[in-house]
Amino acid sequence: MTDAQTVLDRVTRVTRVPGVRGALVASALDGLVVAEQLMDGVDGRAAAALAGSLVGRLVRTAEGAGRQAPAFVQLRAERGSILAAPCPDDLVLIAVVGPDANVGLARLEMLDAASRLA
Amino acid sequence: MRALEPWVEVPLQTFLDESSARLTLLMTSSGQVVAQHGFSRSLDVMTAAALGAGIGASTEELARLMGSPRFEALVHHGARQSCLLAGFSTPRGRWIGLVVFGPETSVGIVQLFFDQMVQQLASAAPRDQPATPTLPENFEHELDASLKALFGR
Repeated sequence: MTDAQTVLDRVTRVTRVPGVRGALVASALDGLVVAEQLMDGVDGRAAAALAGSLVGRLVRTAEGAGRQAPAFVQLRAERGSILAAPCPDDLVLIAVVGPDANVGLARLEMLDAASRLA
Repeated sequence: MRALEPWVEVPLQTFLDESSARLTLLMTSSGQVVAQHGFSRSLDVMTAAALGAGIGASTEELARLMGSPRFEALVHHGARQSCLLAGFSTPRGRWIGLVVFGPETSVGIVQLFFDQMVQQLASAAPRDQPATPTLPENFEHELDASLKALFGR
């Protein structure tokens, strides 16, 4: 079981990627925040609830279709993206990034962090 | 969805649309029903309102004993459905929301949109009509009238 400090350390690493405005770990089942590191103006509670729900549904959809659960999700919007990586124990790592973010590097950091959150 | 006062309808309907809640009951802190969604029998509403108001009063007293401000919300997690009970202030006095939801949504989603509904209710409440607490002697009449209005009989 990963301890709280380790979870926060993983989240902090993701936020060091240029353009990342915040990252958090949420419970996909409950949509509640487990750990967060966010810039002012980023609503972690809303991100956890909505992105957690989205990822939970995507995982169930993939499984329902007989496919493997997605390892990484990118939801692109006009002014940035929401990145999400499902983790073990029904957790999901979520990052809120601006339009100028290095999404490739953020993806690598998130996949690495997600694999260690077990 | 049925509401006693029209200005409650839009915030409550938005909450229901966004949260996928199965049952919702809005009541005053004394248990007078303001709006309901999903209940089919007035007896169920009456029971839920009485229990919700009782739990709200108990948790407020517990908070007072612990020397802390009010608890914002109480969540019971169940295997097949869960329940959120939250008190909130409105320009018409203190109200309580009781929400029952299933695994098709999450407690995070329900809480998020419940808080939005509280803000919308605060904005939508008519300012020219102050809160009128129900007096003990006309409580039964008020309750009966509320249930008739909510169930259309």
